[in-house]
Amino acid sequence: MNDALLTIRDLSVHYHTDRGELKAMRHVNMDVPGGSIVGVVGESGCGKSTLISSIIRLLASNAIIPCGSITFEGRDLLGLSREEMRRLRGDRISIVFQDPMSTLNPVLSIGRQMVDIQYRSSASRAHKIKRATEMLASVGISDPGSRLKQFPHEFSGGMQQRISIAMALQAEPALLIADEPTTALDATLEVQIIHLLKKLQTDIGCSILFISHHLGVIAELCDYVVVMYAGEVVEEGTTREVFHNPAHPYTERLLRCDPASIATKTRSLPTIPGEIPDLVTLPQGCIFKNRCEHVMTQCEHLVPAWIESHSGHFVSCHLAAKPGND
Amino acid sequence: MTDVLEVKNVRVRFRVKSNFQALVQGIEDPFIDAVRDASFAILEGETFTLVGESGSGKSTLALAVAGLLPAEEGSVRFGGAEVTTMDHAALQAYRKQISFMWQNPVGSLSPRLSVGSLITEPYKIHKLAERDLKAECARLLKMVGLPREFSTRYPHQLSGGQARRVGVARALALNPKLIIADEPTAGLDVSVQGEILNLLNRLQDELGVAMFIITHNLNIVRHISDHTAIMYLGRFVELGPTDDIFEQPRHPYTLALLSANPEPDPDAAISRIELKGEVPSLMDRPGGCEFHTRCPFVGDGCDTNPPPLFTVSGAHTLTCHYPRG
Repeated sequence: MNDALLTIRDLSVHYHTDRGELKAMRHVNMDVPGGSIVGVVGESGCGKSTLISSIIRLLASNAIIPCGSITFEGRDLLGLSREEMRRLRGDRISIVFQDPMSTLNPVLSIGRQMVDIQYRSSASRAHKIKRATEMLASVGISDPGSRLKQFPHEFSGGMQQRISIAMALQAEPALLIADEPTTALDATLEVQIIHLLKKLQTDIGCSILFISHHLGVIAELCDYVVVMYAGEVVEEGTTREVFHNPAHPYTERLLRCDPASIATKTRSLPTIPGEIPDLVTLPQGCIFKNRCEHVMTQCEHLVPAWIESHSGHFVSCHLAAKPGND
Repeated sequence: MTDVLEVKNVRVRFRVKSNFQALVQGIEDPFIDAVRDASFAILEGETFTLVGESGSGKSTLALAVAGLLPAEEGSVRFGGAEVTTMDHAALQAYRKQISFMWQNPVGSLSPRLSVGSLITEPYKIHKLAERDLKAECARLLKMVGLPREFSTRYPHQLSGGQARRVGVARALALNPKLIIADEPTAGLDVSVQGEILNLLNRLQDELGVAMFIITHNLNIVRHISDHTAIMYLGRFVELGPTDDIFEQPRHPYTLALLSANPEPDPDAAISRIELKGEVPSLMDRPGGCEFHTRCPFVGDGCDTNPPPLFTVSGAHTLTCHYPRG
């Protein structure tokens, strides 16, 4: 992946807690190429939220970054001043959150909010209103001019999420982070939102970092996928490669667990037995060893290396490193 | 097999404007129908699933069944007794036989009570606390696969899946005939979803309890349920055995729902029926067939005549002018 818009190298984030240092994210590498959609999959506690917060530099006050770099458009975000960072947020990097109802301010009209967020622009008020109207129309809200006067509660959940997307893309950012934007929606609306994101991404030419635990949505929307487990990236590659030839046992189990992939009726669904390890006292060796079906002796002590199993398809697992197994 | 629950033509209304507002604003009907004409039956030891978008009236119907919301019309019969006309004492006795699992696994547990107190609370509420509560607690925790030590923990110390298990244990406490579960897997990871559904399936096989499950996750429905109803704007549009609904859906809305389900395969050949537009407001229900504003197969008469009830076979019914398939 060349010409990366966003490059994360060896990034670790720890949190100070009463029990000691919680190593929420460890040595993460990731690339988001320009004009592409990258999906991040993982279950709760895998570090997805920490990842987002560290990119937009809104980590909790007890967080520390022992090592790593985040390069965005050639600049290391971790080295920027607060003021420089503020100028990037909302303008070059914007974000769509999970719950549209709590994203929008309930006591201000949609129009007021959409004009307010254009505070950086020196354009006239009339021009800003015109811009807001255009954005609403582009996310498929009919009669946008008069709807600007309405309040968030007057819109359905799907429309609220489309308004959040319109607001996030109003400044035509280079990177849009979408944090589980369809979780609160139903199947038919979910599909609408995915298609809308894909269309706007092509129109604007931005990249999207799409966080989700819904494998079906990732498969449909994303070009590349990054699989996270317990604060580490365990696998990365094109969506087709990872979904068709999962190289990490965790990815493979996760795909098997999705009820959508089980066509025949069953009373006993597959699960991943066990729990994620305690991130305060990390186990030695591979992070997935206590739940892995293929656990071997070297998994106990040796941290698996980050290897390229196919071109562009990376995995950290001893199985993939075995000679003769590609 | 006999019916545990029989629901006939239930209608639930909510007032949205005061009489004065209605008069001033010239609104004829200051109520909305959240549920209209809902009829279904749940057999002993069977699982019935209600599927629909948010706002379609699923939870309202469940609350009406539990006697927590008054039904404007229709009847809810449980074991032969009419629920809608029960007085307070009779409702208490009724609620001993049904139990509720609420939507948010952690939020539905009081943060100030330990797991042990939470699980044994039903005995105290129904004045059955003279038994050995510690032993009951241990028995229930074992049933849902949690270690005995969990009885001293508090909800914030539990993961989503563990909190859900506590919810299941509490629902089982009084040995109910029917469990109503509102979105039992919402907010859980895929691998944990499987665990909870396997647990529910196992408990049903062991205890023979009937279940009424509300969900918008179609992927899980076919693995857990015997009968399924699809709800749109407070009405059932299709109802029948789950296998029939999945294999031969006939209502355009059911088809759209099933085809909208993204599959975890980037190359899945998706022939998708996409719905246009928004879900209409309950304040302003469309005339004729209420789905005609979004239906891709809309035809003559859909916008003026209410659709007839169409029987595919036996228990599989739908309301549509032009059934597909």
